[in-house]
Amino acid sequence: MSEERVGFFTDTSVCIGCKACEVACKEWNAIPEDGLSLTGMSYDNTEALGASTWRHVAFIEQPKPDGRTELPLAGSESDERGEPDGGDMRWLMSSDVCKHCTHAACLDVCPTGALFRTEFGTVVVQEDVCNGCGYCVPACPYGVIEQRPADGRVFKCTLCYDRLGAGQEPACAKACPTESIQFGPLDELRERAAQRVDRLHEQGVADAQLYGHDPDDGVGGDGAFFLLLDRPEVYGLPPDPVVTTRDLPTMWKHAGAAALSLLGGLAVGFAAAGRSRRRPPPGRGNGAAGVVRNAWSRAPSSTPTTAVPSSSRRPGPRPTSPGTSSSADWRAPGRRWRPVPS
Amino acid sequence: MSLSAAALIHDLGRPGRFANMLRVFKPTSPMSMGSWLLSAYGPAAGAAAACAVTGRLPRAGTTATCAAGLLGPAVATYTGVLASDTAVPAWHGAHRELPYLFAASATAAASGMALVLAPTRETPPARYAAALAALAEAAVTEAVERRLGLVAETWREGRAGTLLKTSRALTAAGAAAAALLGDRRGAALASGLALLAGSACTRFGVFAAGVASAKDPKYTVVPQREGRTATS
Repeated sequence: MSEERVGFFTDTSVCIGCKACEVACKEWNAIPEDGLSLTGMSYDNTEALGASTWRHVAFIEQPKPDGRTELPLAGSESDERGEPDGGDMRWLMSSDVCKHCTHAACLDVCPTGALFRTEFGTVVVQEDVCNGCGYCVPACPYGVIEQRPADGRVFKCTLCYDRLGAGQEPACAKACPTESIQFGPLDELRERAAQRVDRLHEQGVADAQLYGHDPDDGVGGDGAFFLLLDRPEVYGLPPDPVVTTRDLPTMWKHAGAAALSLLGGLAVGFAAAGRSRRRPPPGRGNGAAGVVRNAWSRAPSSTPTTAVPSSSRRPGPRPTSPGTSSSADWRAPGRRWRPVPS
Repeated sequence: MSLSAAALIHDLGRPGRFANMLRVFKPTSPMSMGSWLLSAYGPAAGAAAACAVTGRLPRAGTTATCAAGLLGPAVATYTGVLASDTAVPAWHGAHRELPYLFAASATAAASGMALVLAPTRETPPARYAAALAALAEAAVTEAVERRLGLVAETWREGRAGTLLKTSRALTAAGAAAAALLGDRRGAALASGLALLAGSACTRFGVFAAGVASAKDPKYTVVPQREGRTATS
Protein backbone atom coordinates (compact mmCIF):
# COMPACT_ATOMS: atom_id res chain seq x y z
CA MET A 1 0.00 0.00 0.00
CA SER A 2 1.60 3.19 -1.05
CA GLU A 3 -1.27 5.29 0.23
CA GLU A 4 -2.94 5.32 3.61
CA ARG A 5 -5.60 2.66 3.99
CA VAL A 6 -9.03 4.20 3.61
CA GLY A 7 -12.52 2.92 4.22
CA PHE A 8 -16.10 3.60 5.24
CA PHE A 9 -17.60 4.00 8.65
CA THR A 10 -21.35 3.61 8.22
CA ASP A 11 -23.12 4.96 11.28
CA THR A 12 -26.59 3.47 10.97
CA SER A 13 -27.90 5.44 13.95
CA VAL A 14 -28.20 8.51 11.74
CA CYS A 15 -29.29 6.77 8.52
CA ILE A 16 -32.65 8.09 7.36
CA GLY A 17 -33.14 5.54 4.58
CA CYS A 18 -33.12 8.06 1.75
CA LYS A 19 -31.15 5.76 -0.57
CA ALA A 20 -29.16 8.65 -1.97
CA CYS A 21 -26.10 6.41 -1.59
CA GLU A 22 -27.66 3.72 -3.77
CA VAL A 23 -28.53 6.23 -6.45
CA ALA A 24 -25.17 8.00 -6.37
CA CYS A 25 -23.37 4.68 -6.60
CA LYS A 26 -25.46 3.51 -9.55
CA GLU A 27 -24.98 6.78 -11.37
CA TRP A 28 -21.28 7.25 -10.82
CA ASN A 29 -20.35 3.67 -11.59
CA ALA A 30 -22.83 3.38 -14.47
CA ILE A 31 -24.30 0.19 -12.99
CA PRO A 32 -27.13 -1.27 -15.10
CA GLU A 33 -30.68 -1.47 -13.87
CA ASP A 34 -31.38 -4.76 -12.14
CA GLY A 35 -35.08 -4.91 -11.46
CA LEU A 36 -37.71 -2.38 -10.47
CA SER A 37 -40.01 -4.69 -8.53
CA LEU A 38 -41.61 -4.03 -5.17
CA THR A 39 -40.79 -6.60 -2.54
CA GLY A 40 -43.42 -5.75 0.05
CA MET A 41 -40.62 -5.88 2.60
CA SER A 42 -40.89 -2.47 4.23
CA TYR A 43 -39.19 0.11 2.00
CA ASP A 44 -36.49 -2.33 1.04
CA ASN A 45 -36.96 -2.95 -2.66
CA THR A 46 -33.26 -3.44 -3.28
CA GLU A 47 -33.17 -6.63 -1.19
CA ALA A 48 -29.47 -7.38 -1.18
CA LEU A 49 -26.05 -6.45 -2.45
CA GLY A 50 -25.20 -7.92 -5.82
CA ALA A 51 -23.39 -7.48 -9.09
CA SER A 52 -25.48 -4.43 -9.92
CA THR A 53 -26.16 -3.22 -6.37
CA TRP A 54 -23.07 -2.02 -4.56
CA ARG A 55 -24.88 -0.07 -1.87
CA HIS A 56 -28.03 -1.52 -0.30
CA VAL A 57 -30.12 0.32 2.25
CA ALA A 58 -31.67 -2.35 4.45
CA PHE A 59 -34.95 -1.52 6.17
CA ILE A 60 -35.78 -3.57 9.22
CA GLU A 61 -39.34 -2.81 10.20
CA GLN A 62 -40.55 -5.10 12.92
CA PRO A 63 -42.43 -5.41 16.16
CA LYS A 64 -40.27 -4.61 19.12
CA PRO A 65 -38.73 -6.27 20.97
CA ASP A 66 -39.32 -9.76 19.63
CA GLY A 67 -39.45 -10.99 16.08
CA ARG A 68 -36.76 -10.50 13.51
CA THR A 69 -37.99 -10.17 9.98
CA GLU A 70 -36.67 -12.64 7.44
CA LEU A 71 -34.24 -14.28 9.81
CA PRO A 72 -35.56 -17.50 11.28
CA LEU A 73 -33.36 -17.53 14.33
CA ALA A 74 -33.64 -19.48 17.52
CA GLY A 75 -36.58 -18.13 19.52
CA SER A 76 -34.57 -17.91 22.68
CA GLU A 77 -32.63 -14.92 21.47
CA SER A 78 -35.59 -12.58 21.54
CA ASP A 79 -36.30 -13.51 25.14
CA GLU A 80 -33.04 -12.34 26.58
CA ARG A 81 -33.38 -8.84 25.21
CA GLY A 82 -36.70 -7.94 26.72
CA GLU A 83 -36.65 -4.22 27.33
CA PRO A 84 -39.50 -2.78 25.34
CA ASP A 85 -39.53 0.99 25.45
CA GLY A 86 -42.03 3.19 23.77
CA GLY A 87 -43.83 1.96 20.69
CA ASP A 88 -44.26 -1.61 19.71
CA MET A 89 -42.66 -1.22 16.28
CA ARG A 90 -39.13 -0.32 15.37
CA TRP A 91 -37.51 0.72 12.15
CA LEU A 92 -33.83 0.18 11.55
CA MET A 93 -32.02 1.40 8.45
CA SER A 94 -28.53 0.55 7.36
CA SER A 95 -26.62 1.14 4.17
CA ASP A 96 -24.69 -2.05 3.48
CA VAL A 97 -21.65 -2.27 1.22
CA CYS A 98 -18.65 -4.48 0.41
CA LYS A 99 -16.54 -4.76 3.56
CA HIS A 100 -13.13 -4.57 1.84
CA CYS A 101 -11.82 -7.14 4.33
CA THR A 102 -8.24 -7.12 5.56
CA HIS A 103 -8.16 -10.85 4.82
CA ALA A 104 -10.38 -10.98 1.76
CA ALA A 105 -11.51 -14.48 0.78
CA CYS A 106 -12.62 -13.35 -2.69
CA LEU A 107 -9.14 -12.05 -3.40
CA ASP A 108 -7.44 -15.12 -1.94
CA VAL A 109 -9.39 -17.61 -4.03
CA CYS A 110 -9.50 -15.69 -7.34
CA PRO A 111 -7.68 -18.00 -9.79
CA THR A 112 -6.92 -15.30 -12.36
CA GLY A 113 -5.63 -12.54 -10.12
CA ALA A 114 -8.48 -10.35 -11.34
CA LEU A 115 -9.24 -9.37 -7.75
CA PHE A 116 -6.47 -7.33 -6.25
CA ARG A 117 -5.60 -5.08 -3.33
CA THR A 118 -5.27 -1.47 -4.35
CA GLU A 119 -2.80 1.07 -3.03
CA PHE A 120 -5.64 2.35 -0.82
CA GLY A 121 -6.07 -1.05 0.87
CA THR A 122 -9.34 -1.71 -0.91
CA VAL A 123 -10.33 -4.83 -2.88
CA VAL A 124 -11.19 -4.33 -6.54
CA VAL A 125 -12.08 -6.58 -9.51
CA GLN A 126 -10.15 -5.94 -12.73
CA GLU A 127 -12.94 -6.23 -15.24
CA ASP A 128 -10.56 -6.90 -18.12
CA VAL A 129 -9.06 -9.93 -16.36
CA CYS A 130 -12.04 -11.61 -14.66
CA ASN A 131 -13.12 -14.67 -16.62
CA GLY A 132 -16.31 -15.24 -14.67
CA CYS A 133 -15.39 -18.49 -12.92
CA GLY A 134 -17.59 -17.33 -10.06
CA TYR A 135 -15.50 -18.95 -7.33
CA CYS A 136 -15.25 -15.72 -5.34
CA VAL A 137 -19.04 -15.70 -4.97
CA PRO A 138 -19.34 -18.55 -2.43
CA ALA A 139 -16.01 -17.57 -0.86
CA CYS A 140 -17.27 -14.20 0.40
CA PRO A 141 -18.46 -14.64 3.99
CA TYR A 142 -20.85 -11.68 3.55
CA GLY A 143 -22.43 -12.71 0.24
CA VAL A 144 -21.40 -9.42 -1.38
CA ILE A 145 -19.78 -10.27 -4.71
CA GLU A 146 -21.93 -11.65 -7.52
CA GLN A 147 -21.89 -12.53 -11.19
CA ARG A 148 -23.87 -10.32 -13.56
CA PRO A 149 -25.83 -12.88 -15.59
CA ALA A 150 -25.89 -11.01 -18.89
CA ASP A 151 -22.19 -10.22 -18.65
CA GLY A 152 -20.71 -13.28 -16.98
CA ARG A 153 -18.12 -11.44 -14.93
CA VAL A 154 -18.33 -10.57 -11.24
CA PHE A 155 -18.81 -7.06 -9.95
CA LYS A 156 -18.80 -5.36 -6.57
CA CYS A 157 -18.06 -2.06 -4.84
CA THR A 158 -14.69 -0.63 -5.84
CA LEU A 159 -14.84 2.02 -3.13
CA CYS A 160 -14.86 4.31 -6.16
CA TYR A 161 -11.27 3.47 -7.09
CA ASP A 162 -11.36 6.03 -9.89
CA ARG A 163 -12.50 8.80 -7.57
CA LEU A 164 -9.90 7.91 -4.92
CA GLY A 165 -7.21 8.17 -7.56
CA ALA A 166 -8.40 11.69 -8.31
CA GLY A 167 -8.44 12.66 -4.65
CA GLN A 168 -12.23 12.52 -4.41
CA GLU A 169 -14.32 10.69 -1.83
CA PRO A 170 -16.56 7.83 -3.00
CA ALA A 171 -19.89 8.78 -4.53
CA CYS A 172 -22.06 7.28 -1.77
CA ALA A 173 -20.25 9.12 1.02
CA LYS A 174 -20.41 12.33 -1.00
CA ALA A 175 -24.16 11.97 -1.46
CA CYS A 176 -25.06 10.94 2.09
CA PRO A 177 -27.03 13.88 3.61
CA THR A 178 -26.64 12.84 7.25
CA GLU A 179 -23.03 11.69 7.23
CA SER A 180 -24.17 8.22 8.05
CA ILE A 181 -21.58 7.13 5.49
CA GLN A 182 -18.23 8.52 6.48
CA PHE A 183 -15.16 8.11 4.33
CA GLY A 184 -11.58 8.54 5.44
CA PRO A 185 -8.38 6.95 6.66
CA LEU A 186 -9.33 3.76 8.48
CA ASP A 187 -7.47 4.52 11.71
CA GLU A 188 -9.20 7.84 12.02
CA LEU A 189 -12.60 6.30 11.32
CA ARG A 190 -12.06 3.65 13.98
CA GLU A 191 -11.31 6.31 16.57
CA ARG A 192 -14.32 8.33 15.60
CA ALA A 193 -16.53 5.22 15.72
CA ALA A 194 -15.33 4.27 19.21
CA GLN A 195 -16.24 7.75 20.46
CA ARG A 196 -19.61 7.61 18.78
CA VAL A 197 -20.58 4.26 20.27
CA ASP A 198 -19.48 5.44 23.73
CA ARG A 199 -21.67 8.49 23.39
CA LEU A 200 -24.65 6.39 22.37
CA HIS A 201 -24.12 4.09 25.34
CA GLU A 202 -24.05 7.13 27.63
CA GLN A 203 -27.31 8.26 26.08
CA GLY A 204 -28.88 4.94 26.95
CA VAL A 205 -28.75 3.17 23.59
CA ALA A 206 -27.43 -0.02 25.10
CA ASP A 207 -27.70 -2.08 21.92
CA ALA A 208 -25.43 0.21 19.90
CA GLN A 209 -22.40 -1.79 18.75
CA LEU A 210 -19.63 -1.64 16.24
CA TYR A 211 -19.40 -4.30 13.56
CA GLY A 212 -16.27 -5.14 11.58
CA HIS A 213 -14.07 -2.62 13.41
CA ASP A 214 -11.87 -5.17 15.18
CA PRO A 215 -8.55 -5.96 13.44
CA ASP A 216 -8.49 -9.25 15.37
CA ASP A 217 -11.77 -10.63 14.06
CA GLY A 218 -12.11 -13.52 11.59
CA VAL A 219 -11.43 -11.35 8.56
CA GLY A 220 -8.77 -9.15 10.16
CA GLY A 221 -11.18 -6.24 10.37
CA ASP A 222 -13.28 -4.65 7.66
CA GLY A 223 -12.24 -1.69 5.57
CA ALA A 224 -15.92 -0.77 5.65
CA PHE A 225 -17.35 -1.15 9.14
CA PHE A 226 -20.58 -0.20 10.84
CA LEU A 227 -22.29 1.08 13.92
CA LEU A 228 -25.42 -1.02 14.39
CA LEU A 229 -28.33 -0.64 16.77
CA ASP A 230 -28.86 -4.34 17.27
CA ARG A 231 -27.08 -7.62 16.66
CA PRO A 232 -25.60 -7.96 13.18
CA GLU A 233 -27.88 -10.86 12.22
CA VAL A 234 -30.88 -8.54 12.62
CA TYR A 235 -29.47 -6.62 9.65
CA GLY A 236 -28.76 -9.83 7.75
CA LEU A 237 -25.05 -9.72 8.55
CA PRO A 238 -23.10 -12.77 9.76
CA PRO A 239 -22.23 -12.31 13.45
CA ASP A 240 -18.70 -13.73 13.34
CA PRO A 241 -17.47 -14.17 9.78
CA VAL A 242 -14.18 -15.94 9.16
CA VAL A 243 -12.10 -15.78 6.00
CA THR A 244 -12.49 -19.22 4.50
CA THR A 245 -8.83 -19.51 3.54
CA ARG A 246 -7.85 -19.49 7.21
CA ASP A 247 -8.44 -23.25 7.17
CA LEU A 248 -6.89 -23.78 3.75
CA PRO A 249 -3.58 -25.26 4.97
CA THR A 250 -5.58 -27.87 6.89
CA MET A 251 -7.64 -28.58 3.78
CA TRP A 252 -4.60 -29.10 1.55
CA LYS A 253 -3.07 -31.34 4.19
CA HIS A 254 -6.17 -33.49 4.31
CA ALA A 255 -6.45 -33.52 0.53
CA GLY A 256 -2.90 -34.79 0.29
CA ALA A 257 -3.57 -37.44 2.89
CA ALA A 258 -6.78 -38.39 1.07
CA ALA A 259 -4.93 -38.75 -2.24
CA LEU A 260 -2.35 -40.98 -0.56
CA SER A 261 -5.11 -43.01 1.09
CA LEU A 262 -6.66 -43.46 -2.33
CA LEU A 263 -3.42 -44.82 -3.71
CA GLY A 264 -2.93 -46.92 -0.59
CA GLY A 265 -6.45 -48.29 -0.73
CA LEU A 266 -5.99 -49.35 -4.33
CA ALA A 267 -2.63 -50.90 -3.53
CA VAL A 268 -4.33 -52.90 -0.78
CA GLY A 269 -6.98 -53.95 -3.29
CA PHE A 270 -4.40 -55.13 -5.79
CA ALA A 271 -2.32 -56.84 -3.16
CA ALA A 272 -5.30 -58.63 -1.69
CA ALA A 273 -6.49 -59.69 -5.13
CA GLY A 274 -3.01 -60.84 -6.03
CA ARG A 275 -2.70 -62.93 -2.94
CA SER A 276 -6.11 -64.54 -3.05
CA ARG A 277 -5.83 -65.56 -6.68
CA ARG A 278 -2.85 -67.66 -7.56
CA ARG A 279 -2.42 -66.16 -10.92
CA PRO A 280 -0.58 -63.19 -12.36
CA PRO A 281 -2.04 -60.06 -10.86
CA PRO A 282 -4.30 -58.31 -13.27
CA GLY A 283 -3.27 -54.94 -12.05
CA ARG A 284 -0.69 -52.71 -13.51
CA GLY A 285 -2.44 -49.47 -12.80
CA ASN A 286 -2.07 -47.07 -10.04
CA GLY A 287 -4.42 -44.40 -8.88
CA ALA A 288 -8.13 -44.22 -9.40
CA ALA A 289 -7.74 -44.17 -13.12
CA GLY A 290 -5.60 -47.27 -12.94
CA VAL A 291 -8.55 -49.39 -11.96
CA VAL A 292 -10.60 -48.13 -14.83
CA ARG A 293 -7.85 -48.50 -17.31
CA ASN A 294 -7.04 -51.91 -16.01
CA ALA A 295 -10.47 -52.91 -17.12
CA TRP A 296 -9.55 -52.01 -20.64
CA SER A 297 -6.21 -53.64 -20.69
CA ARG A 298 -5.72 -57.10 -21.99
CA ALA A 299 -5.18 -60.03 -19.74
CA PRO A 300 -1.53 -60.97 -19.69
CA SER A 301 -2.16 -64.20 -21.56
CA SER A 302 -4.21 -62.78 -24.37
CA THR A 303 -2.79 -61.57 -27.61
CA PRO A 304 -2.21 -57.86 -27.79
CA THR A 305 -4.16 -57.29 -30.92
CA THR A 306 -6.53 -54.68 -29.67
CA ALA A 307 -5.84 -51.30 -28.38
CA VAL A 308 -4.85 -50.64 -24.83
CA PRO A 309 -5.92 -47.09 -24.21
CA SER A 310 -3.99 -47.22 -21.03
CA SER A 311 -2.26 -44.24 -19.68
CA SER A 312 -1.38 -46.15 -16.60
CA ARG A 313 0.98 -48.94 -17.32
CA ARG A 314 2.99 -48.34 -14.26
CA PRO A 315 4.30 -51.38 -12.45
CA GLY A 316 1.72 -52.51 -9.94
CA PRO A 317 2.35 -54.12 -6.61
CA ARG A 318 4.11 -56.86 -8.48
CA PRO A 319 6.67 -55.28 -10.72
CA THR A 320 7.15 -58.51 -12.59
CA SER A 321 3.71 -58.19 -14.11
CA PRO A 322 3.85 -59.64 -17.59
CA GLY A 323 1.51 -56.89 -18.67
CA THR A 324 4.44 -54.81 -19.77
CA SER A 325 5.06 -57.29 -22.52
CA SER A 326 2.11 -56.00 -24.44
CA SER A 327 3.75 -52.64 -24.84
CA ALA A 328 6.83 -54.35 -26.20
CA ASP A 329 4.72 -55.88 -28.92
CA TRP A 330 3.80 -52.49 -30.10
CA ARG A 331 7.36 -51.81 -30.95
CA ALA A 332 7.20 -54.36 -33.74
CA PRO A 333 8.61 -52.99 -36.97
CA GLY A 334 6.03 -51.64 -39.30
CA ARG A 335 3.75 -50.54 -36.53
CA ARG A 336 5.99 -48.15 -34.81
CA TRP A 337 6.28 -45.48 -37.44
CA ARG A 338 2.81 -45.75 -38.84
CA PRO A 339 1.06 -42.42 -38.94
CA VAL A 340 -1.33 -41.84 -36.10
CA PRO A 341 -4.84 -42.72 -37.20
CA SER A 342 -7.01 -40.19 -35.50
CA MET B 1 -11.74 -35.91 -19.36
CA SER B 2 -11.78 -33.50 -22.27
CA LEU B 3 -15.57 -33.45 -22.05
CA SER B 4 -15.47 -32.32 -18.44
CA ALA B 5 -12.81 -29.74 -19.24
CA ALA B 6 -15.05 -28.41 -21.99
CA ALA B 7 -17.95 -28.29 -19.53
CA LEU B 8 -15.84 -26.42 -17.02
CA ILE B 9 -14.76 -23.87 -19.58
CA HIS B 10 -18.33 -23.52 -20.77
CA ASP B 11 -19.33 -22.75 -17.18
CA LEU B 12 -17.14 -19.67 -17.11
CA GLY B 13 -18.94 -16.40 -17.49
CA ARG B 14 -16.35 -15.56 -20.14
CA PRO B 15 -15.25 -18.88 -21.71
CA GLY B 16 -12.97 -17.03 -24.10
CA ARG B 17 -10.86 -15.96 -21.16
CA PHE B 18 -10.11 -19.48 -19.95
CA ALA B 19 -6.40 -18.85 -20.45
CA ASN B 20 -6.56 -16.27 -17.65
CA MET B 21 -6.79 -19.25 -15.31
CA LEU B 22 -3.14 -19.90 -16.12
CA ARG B 23 -2.08 -16.29 -15.60
CA VAL B 24 -1.08 -17.00 -12.03
CA PHE B 25 -0.12 -20.01 -9.94
CA LYS B 26 -1.88 -19.41 -6.67
CA PRO B 27 -1.95 -21.98 -3.86
CA THR B 28 -4.48 -19.89 -1.93
CA SER B 29 -6.96 -20.57 -4.70
CA PRO B 30 -8.14 -24.18 -5.10
CA MET B 31 -9.64 -23.07 -8.41
CA SER B 32 -6.19 -22.04 -9.61
CA MET B 33 -4.57 -25.24 -8.41
CA GLY B 34 -7.38 -27.26 -9.95
CA SER B 35 -6.93 -25.51 -13.28
CA TRP B 36 -3.23 -26.33 -13.25
CA LEU B 37 -3.89 -29.90 -12.16
CA LEU B 38 -6.40 -30.45 -14.94
CA SER B 39 -4.15 -28.73 -17.44
CA ALA B 40 -1.41 -31.22 -16.56
CA TYR B 41 -3.53 -34.31 -16.02
CA GLY B 42 -5.70 -33.94 -19.13
CA PRO B 43 -2.87 -33.86 -21.68
CA ALA B 44 -0.92 -36.53 -19.75
CA ALA B 45 -3.87 -38.91 -19.71
CA GLY B 46 -4.64 -38.08 -23.33
CA ALA B 47 -1.05 -38.61 -24.44
CA ALA B 48 -0.82 -41.86 -22.52
CA ALA B 49 -4.01 -43.13 -24.14
CA ALA B 50 -2.92 -41.97 -27.60
CA CYS B 51 0.47 -43.68 -27.26
CA ALA B 52 -1.15 -46.86 -26.03
CA VAL B 53 -3.69 -46.92 -28.86
CA THR B 54 -1.29 -46.07 -31.64
CA GLY B 55 1.74 -47.81 -30.22
CA ARG B 56 3.91 -44.87 -31.08
CA LEU B 57 6.42 -43.26 -28.73
CA PRO B 58 6.16 -45.96 -26.06
CA ARG B 59 8.62 -44.27 -23.73
CA ALA B 60 6.83 -40.97 -23.85
CA GLY B 61 3.65 -42.95 -23.29
CA THR B 62 5.08 -44.51 -20.14
CA THR B 63 6.14 -41.13 -18.84
CA ALA B 64 2.69 -39.70 -19.52
CA THR B 65 1.16 -42.73 -17.86
CA CYS B 66 3.20 -42.22 -14.72
CA ALA B 67 2.33 -38.54 -14.63
CA ALA B 68 -1.37 -39.22 -15.07
CA GLY B 69 -1.27 -42.00 -12.48
CA LEU B 70 0.24 -39.67 -9.91
CA LEU B 71 -1.96 -36.69 -10.77
CA GLY B 72 -5.16 -38.76 -10.80
CA PRO B 73 -5.58 -38.96 -7.02
CA ALA B 74 -4.84 -35.25 -6.73
CA VAL B 75 -7.53 -34.51 -9.29
CA ALA B 76 -9.92 -36.71 -7.31
CA THR B 77 -9.29 -34.96 -3.98
CA TYR B 78 -8.65 -31.31 -4.83
CA THR B 79 -12.39 -30.93 -5.43
CA GLY B 80 -12.88 -31.52 -1.71
CA VAL B 81 -10.78 -28.44 -1.04
CA LEU B 82 -12.54 -26.57 -3.84
CA ALA B 83 -15.90 -27.09 -2.16
CA SER B 84 -14.81 -26.56 1.42
CA ASP B 85 -12.76 -23.41 0.80
CA THR B 86 -15.98 -21.42 0.66
CA ALA B 87 -18.25 -19.71 3.16
CA VAL B 88 -20.91 -22.38 2.52
CA PRO B 89 -21.57 -23.85 5.99
CA ALA B 90 -22.28 -27.45 4.91
CA TRP B 91 -19.04 -27.56 2.94
CA HIS B 92 -16.68 -25.45 4.98
CA GLY B 93 -17.73 -27.16 8.20
CA ALA B 94 -16.71 -30.48 6.62
CA HIS B 95 -13.38 -29.23 5.31
CA ARG B 96 -11.40 -31.94 7.08
CA GLU B 97 -13.56 -34.77 5.76
CA LEU B 98 -14.58 -33.73 2.24
CA PRO B 99 -11.30 -34.74 0.52
CA TYR B 100 -11.59 -38.25 2.01
CA LEU B 101 -15.24 -38.47 1.02
CA PHE B 102 -14.44 -37.50 -2.55
CA ALA B 103 -11.47 -39.89 -2.65
CA ALA B 104 -13.67 -42.76 -1.46
CA SER B 105 -16.41 -41.81 -3.86
CA ALA B 106 -13.95 -41.60 -6.76
CA THR B 107 -12.57 -45.03 -5.88
CA ALA B 108 -16.08 -46.47 -5.75
CA ALA B 109 -16.87 -44.96 -9.15
CA ALA B 110 -13.61 -46.19 -10.67
CA SER B 111 -14.21 -49.68 -9.28
CA GLY B 112 -17.74 -49.57 -10.62
CA MET B 113 -16.47 -48.65 -14.08
CA ALA B 114 -14.01 -51.53 -13.96
CA LEU B 115 -16.74 -53.95 -12.89
CA VAL B 116 -18.97 -52.83 -15.74
CA LEU B 117 -16.36 -52.94 -18.49
CA ALA B 118 -13.76 -55.54 -17.58
CA PRO B 119 -13.91 -59.32 -17.83
CA THR B 120 -14.67 -60.68 -14.38
CA ARG B 121 -11.32 -62.44 -13.98
CA GLU B 122 -9.63 -59.03 -14.06
CA THR B 123 -11.81 -57.33 -11.50
CA PRO B 124 -10.73 -58.72 -8.11
CA PRO B 125 -8.67 -55.60 -7.30
CA ALA B 126 -11.64 -53.43 -8.20
CA ARG B 127 -13.88 -55.54 -6.00
CA TYR B 128 -11.58 -55.11 -3.01
CA ALA B 129 -11.27 -51.40 -3.74
CA ALA B 130 -15.05 -51.05 -3.97
CA ALA B 131 -15.51 -52.68 -0.57
CA LEU B 132 -12.86 -50.44 0.99
CA ALA B 133 -14.32 -47.35 -0.65
CA ALA B 134 -17.83 -48.15 0.54
CA LEU B 135 -16.64 -48.63 4.10
CA ALA B 136 -14.59 -45.44 3.99
CA GLU B 137 -17.43 -43.44 2.48
CA ALA B 138 -19.87 -44.57 5.17
CA ALA B 139 -17.38 -43.80 7.94
CA VAL B 140 -16.50 -40.37 6.55
CA THR B 141 -20.15 -39.39 6.06
CA GLU B 142 -20.80 -40.37 9.66
CA ALA B 143 -17.87 -38.22 10.78
CA VAL B 144 -19.14 -35.25 8.76
CA GLU B 145 -22.58 -35.42 10.30
CA ARG B 146 -21.13 -35.62 13.79
CA ARG B 147 -18.87 -32.66 13.14
CA LEU B 148 -21.48 -30.40 11.55
CA GLY B 149 -23.92 -30.34 14.47
CA LEU B 150 -26.92 -28.23 13.50
CA VAL B 151 -25.71 -27.90 9.91
CA ALA B 152 -25.80 -31.71 9.55
CA GLU B 153 -29.54 -31.23 8.97
CA THR B 154 -28.68 -30.08 5.48
CA TRP B 155 -26.95 -33.42 4.82
CA ARG B 156 -29.88 -35.41 6.24
CA GLU B 157 -32.94 -33.55 5.02
CA GLY B 158 -34.49 -32.39 1.78
CA ARG B 159 -33.03 -33.13 -1.61
CA ALA B 160 -29.54 -33.65 -0.19
CA GLY B 161 -30.87 -36.11 2.38
CA THR B 162 -32.64 -38.13 -0.29
CA LEU B 163 -29.60 -38.18 -2.56
CA LEU B 164 -27.17 -39.09 0.19
CA LYS B 165 -29.44 -41.84 1.53
CA THR B 166 -29.81 -43.22 -1.99
CA SER B 167 -26.07 -43.00 -2.43
CA ARG B 168 -25.45 -44.90 0.78
CA ALA B 169 -27.86 -47.67 -0.20
CA LEU B 170 -26.50 -47.95 -3.76
CA THR B 171 -22.86 -47.90 -2.69
CA ALA B 172 -23.39 -50.45 0.08
CA ALA B 173 -25.42 -52.75 -2.16
CA GLY B 174 -22.99 -52.32 -5.04
CA ALA B 175 -19.94 -53.00 -2.91
CA ALA B 176 -21.52 -56.00 -1.21
CA ALA B 177 -22.62 -57.46 -4.52
CA ALA B 178 -19.20 -56.77 -6.03
CA ALA B 179 -17.40 -58.42 -3.14
CA LEU B 180 -19.61 -61.49 -2.91
CA LEU B 181 -20.93 -62.07 -6.43
CA GLY B 182 -18.51 -60.06 -8.52
CA ASP B 183 -17.19 -63.15 -10.31
CA ARG B 184 -20.50 -63.51 -12.18
CA ARG B 185 -20.80 -61.22 -15.16
CA GLY B 186 -24.38 -60.16 -14.51
CA ALA B 187 -23.81 -59.41 -10.87
CA ALA B 188 -20.59 -57.55 -11.67
CA LEU B 189 -22.40 -55.40 -14.20
CA ALA B 190 -25.24 -54.61 -11.78
CA SER B 191 -22.89 -53.86 -8.88
CA GLY B 192 -20.72 -51.67 -11.08
CA LEU B 193 -23.71 -49.64 -12.19
CA ALA B 194 -24.89 -49.33 -8.58
CA LEU B 195 -21.45 -48.06 -7.52
CA LEU B 196 -21.35 -45.51 -10.34
CA ALA B 197 -24.86 -44.28 -9.54
CA GLY B 198 -24.01 -44.17 -5.84
CA SER B 199 -20.96 -42.03 -6.48
CA ALA B 200 -22.95 -39.63 -8.63
CA CYS B 201 -25.59 -39.37 -5.89
CA THR B 202 -22.88 -38.57 -3.33
CA ARG B 203 -21.60 -35.65 -5.41
CA PHE B 204 -25.04 -34.25 -6.16
CA GLY B 205 -26.05 -34.81 -2.55
CA VAL B 206 -23.11 -32.88 -1.14
CA PHE B 207 -23.80 -30.12 -3.66
CA ALA B 208 -27.47 -29.95 -2.62
CA ALA B 209 -26.51 -29.86 1.07
CA GLY B 210 -24.30 -26.86 0.38
CA VAL B 211 -27.05 -25.05 -1.46
CA ALA B 212 -29.53 -25.75 1.36
CA SER B 213 -27.08 -24.53 4.01
CA ALA B 214 -26.37 -21.31 2.12
CA LYS B 215 -30.08 -20.59 1.64
CA ASP B 216 -31.08 -20.54 5.29
CA PRO B 217 -29.24 -17.89 7.34
CA LYS B 218 -29.61 -19.92 10.51
CA TYR B 219 -26.89 -22.30 9.33
CA THR B 220 -24.53 -19.35 9.11
CA VAL B 221 -25.67 -17.40 12.15
CA VAL B 222 -26.21 -20.06 14.80
CA PRO B 223 -22.82 -21.82 14.46
CA GLN B 224 -21.06 -18.45 14.37
CA ARG B 225 -22.91 -17.40 17.51
CA GLU B 226 -21.98 -20.63 19.19
CA GLY B 227 -18.37 -19.83 18.35
CA ARG B 228 -18.01 -23.06 16.44
CA THR B 229 -16.22 -21.49 13.53
CA ALA B 230 -13.88 -19.67 15.85
CA THR B 231 -12.59 -22.92 17.25
CA SER B 232 -12.91 -25.28 14.32
